[in-house]
Amino acid sequence: MATIHIDGQPFAARADTNLLQACLSAGTDLPYFCWHPDLGSVGACRQCAVKQYSGPDDTRGRIVMACMTPVTDGAILSTRDAESLDFRSSVVEWLMTNHPHDCPVCEEGGECHLQDMTVMTGHHARRYRFRKRTHRNQDLGPFVKHEMNRCIACYRCVRFYRDYAGGEDLAAFASHNSVYFGRAESGTLESDFSGNLVEVCPTGVFTDKPFSSRYVRKWDMRGAPSVCVHCAVGCNTILNERDGSLRRVLNRYNGEVNRYFLCDRGRFGTGFVNAASRLRAPLLRASDGSLQATSMAAALALFGEALSTGPVIGIGSPRASLEANFALRTLVGAQNFHLGVSGIEHDLLTLTRDILRVSPARIATLHQAEQADAVLVLGEDVSKTAPRIGLALRQSVRQASFEAAAQARIPLWLDAAVRSLGTDARSPLFQATPAATDLDPIAVANLRLAPEDIARLGFAVAHCIDPASPQVVDLAEAMAGQARAIADALLAATRPLVVSGGQCGSAPVLQAAANIAAALHRTRPETRLMLTVAECNSMGLALLGGEPLDAAMEALEAGMVATVVVLENDLFRRVPQARLLHALARARHVVALDHLASATTQVAELVLPTATFAETDGTLVSHEGRAQRFFQVSFPVAPVQDAWRWLRDGAKAAHRHDLDWQHLDEVIADLCAAHPALTAMRGAAPDAGFRIAGSPIRSETHRFSGRTAIHANVSVRDAKPEANIDGPLSTTMEGYYGEMPAALRPYFWAPSWNSGQSLNKFQDEVGGPLRGGDPGIRLLDGDPVPWRYHDAIPGAFQPRVDALMVLPKGRLIGSEELSDRAPAAKPRIEPAALSVSPAMRQALGATTMLSLTGAVHAVAVVADPAIPEGVALFPAHAHPFPGFADPQWAETAAP
Amino acid sequence: MLSNVRTLWLTFLHLFHRSETVGYPETKPYMAPRYRARIILSRDPDGAERCVSCNLCAAVCPVDCISLQKTEDQGRWYPEYFRINFSRCIFCGLCEEACPTYAIQLTPDYEMSEYERPNLVYEKEDLLISGTGKYPDYNFYRVAGMAVPGKDKGEAEREDPPVDIHGLLP
Ligand code: SF4
Ligand code: SF4
Ligand code: SF4
Ligand code: SF4
Ligand code: FES
Repeated sequence: MATIHIDGQPFAARADTNLLQACLSAGTDLPYFCWHPDLGSVGACRQCAVKQYSGPDDTRGRIVMACMTPVTDGAILSTRDAESLDFRSSVVEWLMTNHPHDCPVCEEGGECHLQDMTVMTGHHARRYRFRKRTHRNQDLGPFVKHEMNRCIACYRCVRFYRDYAGGEDLAAFASHNSVYFGRAESGTLESDFSGNLVEVCPTGVFTDKPFSSRYVRKWDMRGAPSVCVHCAVGCNTILNERDGSLRRVLNRYNGEVNRYFLCDRGRFGTGFVNAASRLRAPLLRASDGSLQATSMAAALALFGEALSTGPVIGIGSPRASLEANFALRTLVGAQNFHLGVSGIEHDLLTLTRDILRVSPARIATLHQAEQADAVLVLGEDVSKTAPRIGLALRQSVRQASFEAAAQARIPLWLDAAVRSLGTDARSPLFQATPAATDLDPIAVANLRLAPEDIARLGFAVAHCIDPASPQVVDLAEAMAGQARAIADALLAATRPLVVSGGQCGSAPVLQAAANIAAALHRTRPETRLMLTVAECNSMGLALLGGEPLDAAMEALEAGMVATVVVLENDLFRRVPQARLLHALARARHVVALDHLASATTQVAELVLPTATFAETDGTLVSHEGRAQRFFQVSFPVAPVQDAWRWLRDGAKAAHRHDLDWQHLDEVIADLCAAHPALTAMRGAAPDAGFRIAGSPIRSETHRFSGRTAIHANVSVRDAKPEANIDGPLSTTMEGYYGEMPAALRPYFWAPSWNSGQSLNKFQDEVGGPLRGGDPGIRLLDGDPVPWRYHDAIPGAFQPRVDALMVLPKGRLIGSEELSDRAPAAKPRIEPAALSVSPAMRQALGATTMLSLTGAVHAVAVVADPAIPEGVALFPAHAHPFPGFADPQWAETAAP
Repeated sequence: MLSNVRTLWLTFLHLFHRSETVGYPETKPYMAPRYRARIILSRDPDGAERCVSCNLCAAVCPVDCISLQKTEDQGRWYPEYFRINFSRCIFCGLCEEACPTYAIQLTPDYEMSEYERPNLVYEKEDLLISGTGKYPDYNFYRVAGMAVPGKDKGEAEREDPPVDIHGLLP
């Protein structure tokens, strides 16, 4: 730590940062544009000028760019002396000379960093009377809008898009005043992280296109802290709502998890909340076989009757909250509760949970993954199944360049210099996957193997690291060499990371990953393990425990079930259609609870409309075992209600009194009492009674408008505001806003900082944890028990002549159920095709009849030179095989 | 006693003063154009809606009686609906002051009493007039940088033609 004097006040500052970061951490309002905590400094905008003095006797000082000047002990600087004030206001004036007169019609207006900085520097009257340069815009696809006139050439966009996220189709063109940030020609941005441009750009050049179509100003939206429901990473988000519709998703900083960036699935996949396919009323199967809307009372009467007709089984869901799943489990009894995932997935999930519990190598947070100095990925295309992990791994390869920079005495925040060094200094990333991934270009080696061989390679690596771990007999020589090389690279690191997951449907792959991490941990105590799971609450389900879906199918098929209750789960995505239809037909009552119409609700006898994650509160457990609470931002009209309330009402209608919950906190209390492993989840966020200075947290800004007019066309009397009985957030602009637990922050705002960059005001140190601690409680960090190596080493993969081993391929959009239903994301769904090796493509032709999940359909065939012989990939859950997710042998035939 | 007599006398004298009462509604008082009463939404000199649904009037309104929703047609922003609840309006004129396009204007028409409160809720159709109101010349899109139908990039006031980004000259 160094001591620096800002405007006469001493502050402690980290010596490895720059003066700008130190000033902002000290709470000074110092304007800046081009610097970004995770993108570093380039000194492009000249906005952060301050006066630095060489010592106490220096009265003249000199202007320096704070972001380009390292913190030195005893540094004396002034942010308020006349010369630097004048310098900064001149800089803004220059930046504004070409700025269009657009604020009223700019989506950034009201939360614009450029507006904030212009006001902060005091530049309020335009003196420039000459002509402005103009630019043509490009159509950048369904997610991002482009309005180039507004650019101030801070270079943040390309630094994020290219340098940080590895995108290639966005660049800076032309020069001088004409510099242009866009693509070579109009077209959809290819990066899976394009949405971050909206938050990274300090002006209105890049804005959120789906949001623009139902645009309102930041101050006019209710906010709530939420958690992304589109994969298991559990990125923290802010939801914004107005007038009953979800308007947009913003990143909510969590220093351990998503930090500053989200993937496009998380940002643009939530359109399903407003979709036309939402269920808004209970549906009952009429005598003519069609589903008809019915009243809540009639629906509950039937639900109660169905529940009284035993035996009842329940099928839970990895996309429903812990609380909803627990309510179902309580309703049907533990032995009748099924996790709602296929047998293979169930086994892998349980295995993942158990490995993470006992592994001596602890579970990596996303931020730790960014700091790993050697990474091995086994069998999982994380850049598609858990995209934000892919982005984190992209940063990990920079560790070597950080070391090189440290040796060359270049500070790490000097981004351009460190990146030039990094072109030849890269820490190793190895991938062993069945097909190419987005991370291929930055990996030192990409091995393309079938799942069995990935596992064998993994076991061999573990054996190279620790000879006590089981040896792979009859290992091919080439693979032994590869294993040796990987082991050496991992051993050369101090913070190695092993990443794997269930995408290959292979337990040995997970076990091999666990062996490697454990073997490394003996000599590298900072070894980390990261295992991904399929959905946002898969890990929560695993901790809750229950039978696999196959057991439910067997019970149904045996005619042992009278009533089956399906919670927010489209079973057609998990069970072959013919088997499912046959099994469900044997139950007397099929009750489906969901917020979206699906193939399952289509065959149910009774459908109960539940609330989406934007309309209910609950807890999700991420892949790292982090329990995180999401809060409701929207208050749907009855009969739509929380899933647990439907289940409670059903129990009441069946004359049961053991599910007598009135508030979410009561459900959570019962859950914690019933599941000792989950007790800590209670601490994920304060309970509903939490108050600061006697007030709840206000969810609307102090400038929320239109209260007395918005519904005046319906009734001129002011409606009573909605009541939020489950959470500590008010539903109006009344309440507290200021310092608060990070898990509750409904929006980021601070005086003079209307943009998202006000986040700086809520961290003790800019880029560090949120004040009061980053949200989330880790549930799997017990005391690791003595480790025993897994030894079930599979035999080598044997291609078959009559069939292909078809593995699920991840897609950003289209393989995950909820984002798949977001209208804005539809155009980003790639057409599904069977990827095979070039030789196989030759043999199969352009289309083939593929038998998968018990069905036969014609599919297009494409060649992928990376795919090993005998293996094929098909996108998971893609039309025409919505039920495909588990690897399986599949036959092909000429069409 | 004396004061009572004086009061009576003064009252009596008023019989011969000019009457202050006007025969409203037959006679109407003069209202200056800047008088703050019924609010209208005006059009620009080209006849298109001036309001760009920037939401500033709604934000500044102290009684929150303006509500609107932005929508867009080929780059041109306009309100999908625009609602003022006049039963709440205090005719403070802040909305007019906040408006960057001169769209929202207060007029001297104060005659807007109603028997039913719901009749005081005005929608865009009720607010939009066919002229420019008090400000005949201003056209926001002529000075803004957005391309809208009839005005391409580089065609606004004091704008250079769009840059050729593939050109090499600075
Ligand atoms: S980018 Fe900011 S300053 Fe520029 S037009 Fe948009 S809101 Fe105004
Ligand atoms: S487009 Fe935005 S982020 Fe990119 S240089 Fe311009 S102002 Fe900066
Ligand atoms: S005149 Fe005042 S009270 Fe009436 S709408 Fe305008 S801002 Fe609101
Ligand atoms: S301030 Fe003017 S342009 Fe903006 S929404 Fe109100 S009336 Fe429309
Ligand atoms: S922030 Fe320092 S030069 Fe841009």
